[in-house]
Amino acid sequence: MSTAVATAPAPTASGFRRPSTGFWQTVGRRLSRDPVTLACAAILLLIVLAALFAPWLGLDDPYKQSMVRRLKPFGYQGHWLGTDELGRDMLSRLVYGGRSSLFTGFVPVVLATLIGGLLGIVAGYLGGRWNMVIMRCIDVFYAFPSVLLAVAISGVLGAGQFNSIVSLTLVFVPAVARIAESVTTRVRNEDFVDAARATGASTTSVLFHHVLSNVLGPILVYASSLISVSIVIASGLSFLGLGVTPPNADWGLMLNTLRQSIYVAPVTAILPGIMIFITSMCFSLMSDGLRSAMDVKA
Amino acid sequence: MIYTRPAAFTPRSAAAPQAEPGDFRVDLQERDRGGPAQPMLIVSGLKKHFDIGGRSIGGQRTVVRAVDGVDFTVRKGETLGIVGESGCGKSTTARLLMHLIQPDAGSIIFDGDEVNAVRGMSISELRRNMQMVFQDSYASLNPRLTIRESVAYGPRVTGLSAAQARARSESLLEMVGLEPSNFANRYPHELSGGQRQRVNIARALAMAPRVLILDESVSALDKSVEAQVLNLLRRLKAELGLTYIFISHDLNVVHYISDRVLVMYLGQVVESGPVDAIYAAPRHPYTRALLSSRPSMDPRRRIETAPLSGDPPNPINPPSGCRFRTRCPQARPQCGQEPPALAPAPGSDSHVVACHFPLSSSATVPSPPAKGALQ
Repeated sequence: MSTAVATAPAPTASGFRRPSTGFWQTVGRRLSRDPVTLACAAILLLIVLAALFAPWLGLDDPYKQSMVRRLKPFGYQGHWLGTDELGRDMLSRLVYGGRSSLFTGFVPVVLATLIGGLLGIVAGYLGGRWNMVIMRCIDVFYAFPSVLLAVAISGVLGAGQFNSIVSLTLVFVPAVARIAESVTTRVRNEDFVDAARATGASTTSVLFHHVLSNVLGPILVYASSLISVSIVIASGLSFLGLGVTPPNADWGLMLNTLRQSIYVAPVTAILPGIMIFITSMCFSLMSDGLRSAMDVKA
Repeated sequence: MIYTRPAAFTPRSAAAPQAEPGDFRVDLQERDRGGPAQPMLIVSGLKKHFDIGGRSIGGQRTVVRAVDGVDFTVRKGETLGIVGESGCGKSTTARLLMHLIQPDAGSIIFDGDEVNAVRGMSISELRRNMQMVFQDSYASLNPRLTIRESVAYGPRVTGLSAAQARARSESLLEMVGLEPSNFANRYPHELSGGQRQRVNIARALAMAPRVLILDESVSALDKSVEAQVLNLLRRLKAELGLTYIFISHDLNVVHYISDRVLVMYLGQVVESGPVDAIYAAPRHPYTRALLSSRPSMDPRRRIETAPLSGDPPNPINPPSGCRFRTRCPQARPQCGQEPPALAPAPGSDSHVVACHFPLSSSATVPSPPAKGALQ
């Protein structure tokens, strides 16, 4: 027994030191090599930048009506995408409509991720009775189909962009909380959390340093997939007259008002729908790309 | 085997020197309060029954008796090996000691202070004195932190500044044989299993503990790496004056590293004593069966029949009396009536056994492998 291996130093890597990479660096590198994600990111960047800087793009006034220029085709008198049923510039309305649609698509997801994530992480980390109470309340909301719930809540609160954001947030909170709870429950039972608890660290410290960094990824992936859903449902609410009110520009609302002109100017009438489609699909594909980029053993 | 709390009880505050930044070699003599005769750890009646939901017909809750009244002592500076089959409660015992799971009953006296008692030691104080290294080297490191950050987390929690914790982390990494300039910035997935387990050891030592629990810590490593880590553990123990609780199912490794051995079966201690005495002449039939189940290095001494057949009984409803009687080759009617108490084996007072009919000290293990089989 005394002749056992001498106090050998650990076998160190030979010679060169390769740069060490953290999880998010790896994810970023993998994302930047994914052509689909890059293409989607480019399209979205264009749409988002156009929406953000709409007033400075030199577009026509999106609210200026003209009875003589109604439903004109593409390229008519400088109206690149034609005019709508009240003679307003379509390009301008689509860009301004993007502001409202992206806003109502994005904000509820951010709010729901914060609220639902917090609820889910707390429920998952504390477990036991707390988990039971929080998750059963969540389940009540979860029992309703999301569109129906959004319509019902918006119907109660009344039309308006703020109310539709509130209702969409309420719709997404349970879904995010579910994901957060299940991921947290899994991470919570990992040995490294026990090891951290064994240092005598407080629950908040363990949560912040060890649990949060490991549950954030899956939650973000899920939240990113909700953005496209949120844009579609928000447009749906506007279409039903429960979201943005006329004369404001919004893709869903435009789809509704142009509906009557579908036989006269079909191409113009489907433009807002195409925008909704492109935007939500790009968000969806980016979310898929993010998910596979994060699917690394790291 | 009965130890009492020393009459002159020093208050905790007087005996907790503040560690110098970067110096993890806290003077262990100063922290020693009970003197050399006071055991480091006295565990008595430790119990944990896991509620698995559902009720049996009698209306009682269905529980798994994972740890069911475990008593043992760990002396200062020794290595206590805990062996037993899978599911016998070894790891649960370790987690109960750390209070990662709350015990249902039982007391733990750490160097004369009862843990979680009114005038005793708090759980967070206990955790500063006792640390644990887990089996799964990968799962026990946070994948989002560099190993320097993982090791520095504990010291940071105890109130060291970021720079101090970082310095301590690096000196510990160096101590376990990982060159900080090469390893400190790496993430767990960039290390091998042996290197990760070294990080885990460094992380546990960063709290400057007096007791280290090694829960199957070398079991997942391949043999050559296992030997390196075992030697590292031996060296650290000598340098830092540590006390080890070494849990393993590998009897050869336990033989190599331990001073005393504790054999567990179905959540209870069946035998404990000096390692050489137990390996040479086990007194409990279960221990003998365990020892003779080791594969021999000598082909002429091949095991023909399994020394034990079947699985251990269900810990939800353990057998009456002696729990081993259902698999015991020499069970008699008395064994089913009353559970045997842990008592000194005939002819030895440091060797205790829980059996109505202990084997004689002359009975030897049928086919022991050559000593030194570890190499």
